[in-house]
Amino acid sequence: MTPAQTIIAKELRSYFVSPVVYVIGAIFLAVVGLLSYQAVANASNQALRLMQLQNTYAQLNLNEMIFRPLFQSMNLILMIILPLLTMRLFAEERKLRTFELLLTSPIGVNEIVSGKFLSVVIVYAGLLSLTGLIPLTLSAYATFDWQPVLLGYLALLLQGSLMLSIGLFASALTENQIIAAFLSFGLILGLWVLGALSTAFGDSTLGNFLSYLSFTEHYNRLIRGLLNVKDLVYYISGMAFMWFAAHQAIDAYRWK
Amino acid sequence: MIDVKHVTKQYGQVTALDDISFSIHKGETVAFLGPNGAGKTTTMRILTGFMPPTSGTVQIAGFDCLEEPWEVKKHIGYLPETPPLYLELTVQEYLIFVGRIKRLSPDQLHERMGIIVNQTGLTEVQGRVIGHLSRGYRQRVGLAQALLHNPPVLILDEPTTGLDPNQIIEIRDLIKNLGGSHTIILSTHLLAEAAAICQKVIIIHRGQIVAIDTPEQLGAKLRQSEILHLTVKQPDPSLLEALRKISGVLHVSPGTKPNTYILETEAGEDARDELTKLVVTCGAGLLELHTQTVGLEDVFKVLTKAEKPID
Repeated sequence: MTPAQTIIAKELRSYFVSPVVYVIGAIFLAVVGLLSYQAVANASNQALRLMQLQNTYAQLNLNEMIFRPLFQSMNLILMIILPLLTMRLFAEERKLRTFELLLTSPIGVNEIVSGKFLSVVIVYAGLLSLTGLIPLTLSAYATFDWQPVLLGYLALLLQGSLMLSIGLFASALTENQIIAAFLSFGLILGLWVLGALSTAFGDSTLGNFLSYLSFTEHYNRLIRGLLNVKDLVYYISGMAFMWFAAHQAIDAYRWK
Repeated sequence: MIDVKHVTKQYGQVTALDDISFSIHKGETVAFLGPNGAGKTTTMRILTGFMPPTSGTVQIAGFDCLEEPWEVKKHIGYLPETPPLYLELTVQEYLIFVGRIKRLSPDQLHERMGIIVNQTGLTEVQGRVIGHLSRGYRQRVGLAQALLHNPPVLILDEPTTGLDPNQIIEIRDLIKNLGGSHTIILSTHLLAEAAAICQKVIIIHRGQIVAIDTPEQLGAKLRQSEILHLTVKQPDPSLLEALRKISGVLHVSPGTKPNTYILETEAGEDARDELTKLVVTCGAGLLELHTQTVGLEDVFKVLTKAEKPID
């Protein structure tokens, strides 16, 4: 086992013995389940109304009626719950002084940061894959296009991982988990608001820049079923930047 | 084995360590002695490579702490003031984790685990979650963690604080057994503890080294005279005069309570035998006789009063 793998294994163990993951997971799945039920019920109501009006069998675009709004609201839920998953990563180590063990062992800061980031991404991917039951069950009763749904899941994975990397950085800044959670929540919210702000500047350079910086534009394109290299580059570079920032924050903590 | 040269550490405006230098030979057990905030923990953190010094150099087993931190870390076992434990893991899981990040091979890890668990007396609690263990056991797990990769240098920050007397004795015995084969640095604020397990004592005060010596010599240096407290049943007017005539007695004065005397005697001269005989033969009735022990407080009073460090 490489040191990074050791860190991942230990973090996963810690996640699954603490009740936090189960509580967060239960809330996430319950809310997503309710929202998808609402979306499906809404779609079937519309289909019935169309049938009464036109007296024919109505063909609705389920991707547009169910999945796109569902992915939109899942994004909002992630903004709230993901900071709760990342808050403990470094803050707890600092508080319990176990960070001294890690930093005085022959293991690099880059391995520690990577291990912790990958472990929380694995937890999140696991949670996300459970929501895959929704399109799977729906596919038994209705027909829809799978490709935008899969791209939507890719978008959710990238979007969530970006939020997790922000939370990773926030957790490296403090030994207080609550502060880490609020800090990452604030940073994510800030990125989101940049998207809204960009519309105020229209098609100017600044407007385009702000719009690129915010995840809204990239996320929306992906869940619409459009795969664009520009958007993938955005997410990957965003995560790399946050990884680097977390690394720097830890070095600063030692050198202070 | 350990060479510290002109190390200074500043936290912003505060100087935690001010130009300290010392060296420790292979196999020595050395105690850092000092009150809280003297700079003991800071020194240890610099030695382990947890934090870099503001200036100065540290070499451990021939490797520089800043240039080859990797090698230094492999040669050190470190027990911080608070044992670095993951409370949600079992003792076994925790030690496996530590072994892996210390880069032991699976075979080495298996072999060392067996030895260490035995040595630190953790056999019975191996499968228990660390969060459910008592303070004494947690300290032992912390020590096991430091010893796991069999490092030649051990750095132990206050290894016996917060333990009950039996546990203190156990941990001290364990450290004593490790001495000789390992180079050990430990910090404490108990002079008696340093005297019991260490060959050398380094006294730190306000970020400076005020003394480096063996515990015996340090005690002797500080004890130019010995103080005796004497209590009798029936004081005799002639007793005071008779006491002054005993050889070695420098000064006699009545104590604060009735029927008590305070005697100052020359260092090395034990006047107690003669004193007892005198009190008994003149029929004053001996009730109590004890020597005043030199505590850490006295050591600091003496050492910090001196302008220049005593060496």
